[in-house]
Amino acid sequence: MNKDAVAGERSLKGIAVYPGIVIGKAHLVDRSKVKILYQYLVNTEHLNDEVERFEEALRVVEKEMLSLKNGMAEKLNDLGFILDSHLMILKDSMLRDSTIRTIRDEKINAEWALKKSLDKIREVFEQIDDEYISNRISDVENVTERILRTLSGKSQQSLSEIDKRVIIVAHDLSPADTTELNIGRVMGFITDVGGRTSHTAILAQALEIPAVVGLESATHAVADGDLLIVDGSTGVVLVNPDDSAIIYYQEKKLQLEDYRSSIARQGHLPAVTPDGQHISITANIEFLEEVAAVRDYGGVSIGLYRTEFLYLRSKAFPEEEDLFEDYREVAELMVPEPVNIRTLDIGGDKFVSKLEISKEMNPALGLRAIRFCLKQPGIFKTQLRAILRASAFGHVRLIFPMISGLQELLDAKKILAEVQEELDRDRIPYDDKMEVGIMIEIPSAVVMADVLAKHVDFFSIGTNDLIQYSLAIDRVNEYVAHMYQPYDPAIIRMIVQVVEAAGKEGIRVNICGEMAGDPLCIPILLGLGLDGLSMNPRSIPLIKKIVRAMPISQAHDDLEKIKALHTAEAVQQYLWERTGGMFPELREKGYL
Amino acid sequence: MEVIRRLKIRNSLGLHARAAAKIVELADRHESQLLLEKDGRQVDGSNILSVLTLACPKGTEMEVRTIGKDAEALMAEIDALFEGKFGEN
Repeated sequence: MNKDAVAGERSLKGIAVYPGIVIGKAHLVDRSKVKILYQYLVNTEHLNDEVERFEEALRVVEKEMLSLKNGMAEKLNDLGFILDSHLMILKDSMLRDSTIRTIRDEKINAEWALKKSLDKIREVFEQIDDEYISNRISDVENVTERILRTLSGKSQQSLSEIDKRVIIVAHDLSPADTTELNIGRVMGFITDVGGRTSHTAILAQALEIPAVVGLESATHAVADGDLLIVDGSTGVVLVNPDDSAIIYYQEKKLQLEDYRSSIARQGHLPAVTPDGQHISITANIEFLEEVAAVRDYGGVSIGLYRTEFLYLRSKAFPEEEDLFEDYREVAELMVPEPVNIRTLDIGGDKFVSKLEISKEMNPALGLRAIRFCLKQPGIFKTQLRAILRASAFGHVRLIFPMISGLQELLDAKKILAEVQEELDRDRIPYDDKMEVGIMIEIPSAVVMADVLAKHVDFFSIGTNDLIQYSLAIDRVNEYVAHMYQPYDPAIIRMIVQVVEAAGKEGIRVNICGEMAGDPLCIPILLGLGLDGLSMNPRSIPLIKKIVRAMPISQAHDDLEKIKALHTAEAVQQYLWERTGGMFPELREKGYL
Repeated sequence: MEVIRRLKIRNSLGLHARAAAKIVELADRHESQLLLEKDGRQVDGSNILSVLTLACPKGTEMEVRTIGKDAEALMAEIDALFEGKFGEN
């Protein structure tokens, strides 16, 4: 009997966005509006008390915001400016002084007066033509709601105050909500709205927390403290399940974990296709400490070492010596296997505290990565020196990120040559045969790949940015995120073009975006004859398992058929049937 | 002491939320009062919402007035902020 469908008193079905089963207590996030009480106050003494009550509420809210800001999860630091602007709004005279004046002049209670201030502000904002500015009213509403909650004595539904491990139940989670999340306390998420690419889904995937979205009525069907079973593989959520359902799901949870570890145990088997082709499966890492995980999961080398962490960690720019020590250690740990070190791939806006650079409206298209480095050659040279010095201690390769055309590449190589000369002069050893490659992640670089290929030793295709720039999709914008599609035929054509251009010059191509770790994409990537797939270490065992079952000859056929499909849906459907047909158990368990 | 100057918004984004926040930060750091006037409408430069509602695109000229002990210092910093396009590139 298929128990998934019938077990439990109440069961809900939504969209599964991260596999795994969790059993735990519900924490209902109530975002309903506070009911406002309207009251006239008759004597002056009451008015003074009312003003004091309002000011006290402002102090409480300010304190809350400051503690949120300080306790914000590191992964979410980008969202800090939202809280900063909320703090400024809290002190704004249109909100603060005007409310106090209204309490005194109209002899009404603080809630009512505050509501009047909000209405006035809303009126002003509605008249502004600039949509970007008029939309800021949502920030004012958010702040007002917090003050009203505090005034009403209704406790602030702060996600940061959760003190037990719980399953979050919400209508939706906004980026502002997630700034408050105490990640260690969240076992799972379920939400009324959202899809596979909604903000909640992306968050669940980033944090590896089972989640089901698009349940429609979760916040009505679930009460705070209810026992929930969330099956992030099938999208089923059970509310207050009976004992037999709990036993059944505990068993299923164990099986799922067993299955996961059985895949992990096979991680050390070589990635060789049934027809004998050896595929290089490598790891993307961010910290030195991840090298151990790479080995555990069966990765042979480091396909992409992101170097941003040391720059974001402290207020000052890192010293050459610190960078060198870090790079040398990774290189030495991996000897004789290669470590591909990518130079700084970060926006200038990340360095607001270090350099006087403003926040940009459109950072993805702004001063970042190689552009930032070419503009700040001092910072760039320090990193290049550290990488070159580390190359004397292992097999180091260099990757320049975000190259958009030949001139940028030549400029970067010129600076590299200058650094090499300096090292020669100082008699500091480095590997003078160190290979230099570029990230292919901007559409213009795809178009010019034949030219760029003459000047580098290899290409590394960064699919995440390539998809974002090609399809003009900001994947954290929930209104368009569903259009972020690795299966889009345009993306596949671009990758084909890059592989062909590289083939003409005889240089290697590997792929290091999320596509490389997506089980569905493997037929495409093998069919293209890529030299390597680089991915999150945790994805390695599963991808290897698929590679070991997929003959190259068949992947070639698949690719030809896929090239004839002209929508992302058709490609995805094809891949789903293809990989799902080969591995029904992966489909069943929510891995595809 | 009172200083008055006409300043022009030179950054391409105009006076958006982050630029407005920079003005408010400066105003908060000084004792003197900061007033911004555009098309006959004058607002207090220490209030983010008021500054935002001026809705100034690129090229807008406004009259900036600082009043108080450190009026000159505040004006110098505001001037530099406008001149430096609010730190945009």
